[in-house]
Amino acid sequence: MTVADSHRAVEAVWRIESARVIAGLARMVHDIGLAEELAQDALVAALEEWPRRGVPDNPGAWLMLTAKHRAIDQFRRRDTYERKLQEVGRDLELRQDAAADDLDDALDDPIGDDLLRLIFTICHPVLPAEGRLALALRLLGGLTTEEIARAFLVPEPTVGQRIFRAKRTLADKRVRIELPPPAELPARLASVLEIIYLIFNEGYAATSGDDWARPSLCQEAMRLGRILAGLMPDEPEVHGLLALMEIQASRIPARTARDGSPVLLLDQDRSRWDRLLVRRGLAALGRAEELGTLGPYGLQAAIAACHARALTAEATDWERMAALYRLLAHVAPSPVVELNRAVAVGMAHGPARGLEIADALRDERALRGYPLLPAVRGDLLARLGRDEEAAAEFARAAELTRNERERALFHARATALLPQDAPRA
Amino acid sequence: MRYLVTLKVTVQPEGPPPADLMEAIVKLGQQATESGALLDQSGLAPSAEGARVEVSGGRLAVTDGPFAEAKELISYAIYEVRSKEEAVEWASRFVRLHRDLWPGWEGEADVLRLFAPEDFAPPA
Repeated sequence: MTVADSHRAVEAVWRIESARVIAGLARMVHDIGLAEELAQDALVAALEEWPRRGVPDNPGAWLMLTAKHRAIDQFRRRDTYERKLQEVGRDLELRQDAAADDLDDALDDPIGDDLLRLIFTICHPVLPAEGRLALALRLLGGLTTEEIARAFLVPEPTVGQRIFRAKRTLADKRVRIELPPPAELPARLASVLEIIYLIFNEGYAATSGDDWARPSLCQEAMRLGRILAGLMPDEPEVHGLLALMEIQASRIPARTARDGSPVLLLDQDRSRWDRLLVRRGLAALGRAEELGTLGPYGLQAAIAACHARALTAEATDWERMAALYRLLAHVAPSPVVELNRAVAVGMAHGPARGLEIADALRDERALRGYPLLPAVRGDLLARLGRDEEAAAEFARAAELTRNERERALFHARATALLPQDAPRA
Repeated sequence: MRYLVTLKVTVQPEGPPPADLMEAIVKLGQQATESGALLDQSGLAPSAEGARVEVSGGRLAVTDGPFAEAKELISYAIYEVRSKEEAVEWASRFVRLHRDLWPGWEGEADVLRLFAPEDFAPPA
């Protein structure tokens, strides 16, 4: 094994163990930044030792113990950490008496409370979204600052700054590393789910192109979603979000044509959908449904499942989808949801009914400049045979979009609707 | 990156697998699932219950199991990970359990990458 090989082996272990190690240390030292530093020190020690002595049988416990010893060394050197030394010392004294098995169990954190506390702290609403995103990828995903920078198309120092500021804010605001009290849980959980879904969407919006750093954000988000589902198995929205992400991600192989242009959902080759993710997504949705009423994520997953369950585009259950959009519009009202409902109703009950809903959105401020409003209206008008109005709507959509490929698509539809002898735009 | 890990047994001691081993396998599976890496897995029934469809010399032949190989395929798992080393680490943990909890057992795990959309991405 070369040095590079063994370094990669250490990094693989780090990837598996780092979040739990940082979480355990954070409980001991009450400081996320310090916990990460200590964990990094342990990683450096592993990079030195493991290639010589081999990877230990319980690498997570090894990293944790090493980091703990460093913590004690450091506290001994720094008077300012006197108070923390006492806390850690007490913690250690208690543990030194424990049998090795108990120590292993503590390090394994079988219930996962440490990790859950870390997740809630990192996603604390006192932090701006960009800070929460960067911290989550770094501390929970084990990504380097450089990897995060590449994924978000920002310079590396910017990411470094965001992480630094986020840690400082947590310290300044004296955010305690703990689970939110029951009364705050729904709002705090929403903040966690929001961050995971933001990470996912950042990747999903970029599933073409040659830099796979961005699309791999979908994998990171799903991984975080799966971890959370393991830690909070009784929360329907956790499974709902996981279902939504897995069903959406199942379409990634089919949503880009060979030439890189986007393929609309109904035109996709369904044999290219990732059946494993579809199956997992539907199973997660099933768990969410068993646990209670579906929330916004669960409902979106149920809508995505209408597509996933249909073997052909024609077999889509539009009536069910229209009904689900109605529920979604009720629990999480938004003009975009309403526009999607117009599409589903247009498919289920005819274009006239869909157009009624879409027309009601024409004065909606939030949709001003939103290219999909004229695009949806154009499609419904075309199906009603009102070609001229439809063409105008598609021309408007082409004007509004900032995506070149989308613009070409809208132009093509507008042109196809105009009489053959009309001058082309 | 998605990896398929297959487990084959070459030497299996007499008797059923120890309860400790089965328990440890369940625990490891749970851990791998909850860390987001393990997407799918299953043990496989003996090849005596299976069949093989073969093309040879232009002819299609179906033969019922058991297969004659010395190595019997006994399980598979699919992992979603960021590197080959990570898949190897999970496979090692799985095989280590067999070594530690079922004396005399010998076998091997193959770690194979599944193709993904990026393997067929259009040239940029």
